[in-house]
Amino acid sequence: MSRIGVITFPGSLDDRDAQRAVRIAGAEPVALWHGSHSLEGVDALVLPGGFSYGDYLRAGAIASLSPIMAEVVDAANGGMPVLGICNGFQMLAEARLLPGGLIRNDHGAFICRDQRLRVENVSTAWTSQFAANAEITIPLKNGEGGFIAPADELARIEGEGRVVFRYLEVNPNGSLNDIAGVTNERGNVVGLMPHPEHAVEAGFGPDTDDAMRSGTDGLTIFTSAIAALVAA
Amino acid sequence: MPIIVVEVMPKAELLDPQGKAVAGALARRGSSFTNVRLGKRFELSFEGTADDAALVEARELAEQMLSNSVIEDVVSVHFAAGVSSGAVA
Repeated sequence: MSRIGVITFPGSLDDRDAQRAVRIAGAEPVALWHGSHSLEGVDALVLPGGFSYGDYLRAGAIASLSPIMAEVVDAANGGMPVLGICNGFQMLAEARLLPGGLIRNDHGAFICRDQRLRVENVSTAWTSQFAANAEITIPLKNGEGGFIAPADELARIEGEGRVVFRYLEVNPNGSLNDIAGVTNERGNVVGLMPHPEHAVEAGFGPDTDDAMRSGTDGLTIFTSAIAALVAA
Repeated sequence: MPIIVVEVMPKAELLDPQGKAVAGALARRGSSFTNVRLGKRFELSFEGTADDAALVEARELAEQMLSNSVIEDVVSVHFAAGVSSGAVA
């Protein structure tokens, strides 16, 4: 069985939810600690959401300098699937494993909503099981989710198809080009602001037309990684 | 003990929602100030001489860790007032 590590940082909130998502998707979750230098032989990594170090300095900045991040950077550069969710996305951007940066929401407020997204790149390690341009709904909750990048870099990631998730209907935080998630050149590292781990089990996900809280659109992100590991 | 002050601001072309919120409050109290931009000030203390080498080290730290060049600019790295600086002495 594939083993997927979930790193807990001081101030992580969704680490146990991410572990649960990994378990429901069919892999073994492995709890990892920010202060360690061991990835314990896992096959893939999830950097979960939360407010590591209270978002002091910049969101994700101090966590991106944690001891374990040296191993995360090496593993990512070696091709290991790495997913950053919300604060985890901010850490990956701060560690320069992903392009761009995340700034405070343009409207100045924290936002929490079920968010519609389009999956625009289905060749990454975390999206291979989606149909092209699939539309999904997963929860979003952030105060600093505004994706920005310099104009030339923005044009480059758009041109290279590295926008993985794009906001539909509402741009909840002022992100440039409605960008919700991006990938690195190789497609093994993906970061997104919305939370797929909160939409993996009927009864506990977003509402759908079928039934309240029945949305499980986030599950495919985790099953995609497992499929990529099995195929590797 | 010498202190180096590092000042970091959100990039000028980016919206600064914190500054905007403060500006809104200023308008409500009838202030004549119409625009506010809000950044960060770091005070770095160290044992040693207030010389150029310390400034160089602080500038490097400012650019690599205290700011993120994608979203912010380092606008100033200088010795705190009252500290004699090798750079000016």
